[in-house]
Amino acid sequence: MNTSPTTKIAGAGTGTPIIKIRDFDFAYGDSQALFDINMDINEKEVTAFIGPSGCGKSTFLRCFNRMNDLIDIARIKAGEIKISDVNIYNKDVDVIELRKHVGMVFQKSNPFPKSIYDNIAYGLRIQGVKKKSDLDEVVERCLRSAALWDEVKDRLGESALGMSGGQQQRLCIARALAVQPKILLMDEPCSALDPIATAKVEELIHELKKDYTIVIVTHSMQQAARVSDRTAFFYLGKLIEYGQTDQIFMNPRDPQTEAYISGRFG
Amino acid sequence: MTAQKESHIFSKRPSMTGTIESITSCLFRLATYLVIICAGYIFLNIAINGSKAVFTTQAPFINIEFLTQKPQTLHVFEPKEIDAELKASKAQIVSLNAKSRNLGSGEISAAAELEQQIETLETKIDALDIQRKDGRLMYGDDAYRALNKEPSSELYVYSNYAYSGGGIGPAIVGTCLLVVGSIAIALTLGILCAIFLSEYSTPGRTLQLIRLSVLNLSGVPSIVFGLFGFGMFVLFFGWGVSLLAGWFTLAIMALPVIIAASEESMRAIPKGFREGSLALGASKWTSVRTNVLPYALPGILTSSIMGVARVAGETAPIMFTAAYALRDQLPWQGLEKPTDFFFQGVMALPYHIYVVSAKIPQNEYTRNMQYGAAFVFLLIVGFFALSSIVLRIKIRKKYKW
Repeated sequence: MNTSPTTKIAGAGTGTPIIKIRDFDFAYGDSQALFDINMDINEKEVTAFIGPSGCGKSTFLRCFNRMNDLIDIARIKAGEIKISDVNIYNKDVDVIELRKHVGMVFQKSNPFPKSIYDNIAYGLRIQGVKKKSDLDEVVERCLRSAALWDEVKDRLGESALGMSGGQQQRLCIARALAVQPKILLMDEPCSALDPIATAKVEELIHELKKDYTIVIVTHSMQQAARVSDRTAFFYLGKLIEYGQTDQIFMNPRDPQTEAYISGRFG
Repeated sequence: MTAQKESHIFSKRPSMTGTIESITSCLFRLATYLVIICAGYIFLNIAINGSKAVFTTQAPFINIEFLTQKPQTLHVFEPKEIDAELKASKAQIVSLNAKSRNLGSGEISAAAELEQQIETLETKIDALDIQRKDGRLMYGDDAYRALNKEPSSELYVYSNYAYSGGGIGPAIVGTCLLVVGSIAIALTLGILCAIFLSEYSTPGRTLQLIRLSVLNLSGVPSIVFGLFGFGMFVLFFGWGVSLLAGWFTLAIMALPVIIAASEESMRAIPKGFREGSLALGASKWTSVRTNVLPYALPGILTSSIMGVARVAGETAPIMFTAAYALRDQLPWQGLEKPTDFFFQGVMALPYHIYVVSAKIPQNEYTRNMQYGAAFVFLLIVGFFALSSIVLRIKIRKKYKW
C-alpha cells in the first residue's frame, strides 16, 4: 500500500519548515530501518511521531542529531536531512555544533550524578564558559523555563539524583535548554513518569513551543493528541500519514492509520 | 502459646534432603573456619615473632634502629664458662637418651631414673640459658668497630652472623621506591589502555584478541617476567641492574590486573551518562573526561590496590633487575648526577627476606631478623592497601550514583 504520495513534502501549510527530510533511507547493518521518508517539520511547532513498537520512530528521531553515529553498524543509505537548509549528513558538518543546535531529552531521564547546578551548567562549561555570574544566570533561566526553579532554588548544590522521577526529567529538559538549541527532540519523555508528572511535562512542552521547535516520540496517542500540532504515523519503517493532529485523529485518510488510532493493533 | 507436640501436616520429618542440608552447611562453615584459622595462624606467627624485633619495651616503643639501619653483621660474645657448661649438659642429654633407647622393655625403674636425670638436666639448661642471655654481648658492625678493646677471648666465645645485626632500613626504602614507581607507570599505561578498550574500540575479533592477550599476561610466572626484564631492560637497553629496570618489569606484571579492573569499572558506568553529555555537544574525550572517568575512579583505585598486592611481594622479577643483597648507601646518597638515581639498584624487602632466610644458617639470632623483616613487610603492603581503600571510600561517597 503506497502511502508516500499523499504525504510527499507533507506538512505543507502554515509554518516555515526548519527540518526537511527527503527520500531518507536508514539501515542498521543489513536490516533497513527507515524507507523513503519525506516530510517537513515546521518551526516552533510540536510534531509528534506515533506508531507501534519497532516502527522506527525513535531511530528516525535520533537521526536528527546524529546520535545514531554512536552505533557502529547504523548508516544512512540514501536521502538527506536538512536542518536550516544544511544537509546534516554532509562530510563537512561538525557533529558537535549540530548537537548544540539540536538538543535531546531521553526516555530514561539521565541526570548526571553531580549537583543540580552542575548538571545545568555542564553544557556551558564544556564550551568554556567559566564566569560564575554567567552560569548563575543561565541556570536560573533554564530552571524557570522548565518550571523547576521554585522547587529547587534552595538546593542547587544537592545531588540531582535526590530528585523525584518527574523532577529529574524536567531537569534533563532544563539541561538541554541551557545550550540554547533551536530544536528539542524528546524520545518518549513521559513513559517512565506518573500521570501528574506527565501533566507537568506536557504543560512545559506547551510553554516551550513558543521558543523552540519540538519533535516528540510518544507511545501514547492521547498524549500526541493533547500536545502536538502535527502528527506523523509510522509503521514498519515507513511514514504512513502526516498532517495536522486534529485531522489525523478525527479524519485519518489511510486505513492503517485509522486501524492504529482505533486501537486495532499496536 | 502452647508448643505443638502432636505431629501435624507441617511436622519436620527426618529425610535425606534434610541430612544433606545440614551436612553441607556444616562443610561450608568448616572450610571457611579452616581458611580463617590458617590465615590467622600465619599472620599471628609472623606478628608475634616479628614484634620482638620491631617493638621495644621502652618508649618510643618502636625499634628505630631496626627500621633505619642497614643490615650489619652481628658479633656475639657469649660467656665462655656458661657456654662450656651448656655444651656439656646438652651432650649428657644426648648420651642419656641413647642409653634409654638401648634399655630393654622390662627395665622400668632404670627407664624412670634416666627420665628424671634428663629432666633435671633440662631444667639446668634452661637456667643456664637465662644466664647466658643475661651475660652475652651483642654488637652490630658499627658498635663493634667502636669498641676500644675486644672482649677477652678467655671470658667469651666469639661468633658472628651475617645480616643479623643492624636493621632493614635500606630495604624498606627500596621496596617503597619500587612499588611507587612501578604502580605509577602501570597506572598511567593501564588507564590509557582501559579507556581505549572501553570507550574507543569497536567490538569485534581484534578487541577480543587484545583482551585475551592482556588476560594471558596475568598468568605468566613471575620468574619469566624477571628474565624478560633482565634481557630487555638490563641488557638490551643497557640500564644495568637499576630502579628503572625494576620499575618497568614490575609495571608489566601489574598491568593486566589494572587494565582488567579499570576497564570493568568504566564499563559499569551507565551508557546514559555518555549519551547525555554527547547530546549536549561534548566531544568524545570531553564526555569521557568529565562524565565517565570521575565516576570510574573508585574502581580504578581498587585496581591499583590489586596492582600493589601483585607487585609488592614479588622477588623473582626484581632479583635480576633491581635488587642488591647488600648496599651501603641509601638511594639518594652518593649520586654523581641526578639521573644516576634511576640507574642504581636498591635493596628490597622480599629479596632481603630471601637472602636472610635461605642464604644463611638458621638460629636464634637470624630468626629475629627474618621475622622482623617479614612483619615490617606485611605492615607496609597492608599500609598501601589500606590507604587505597580509604581513598576509594572517600571518592565513592563523593560520587554516589
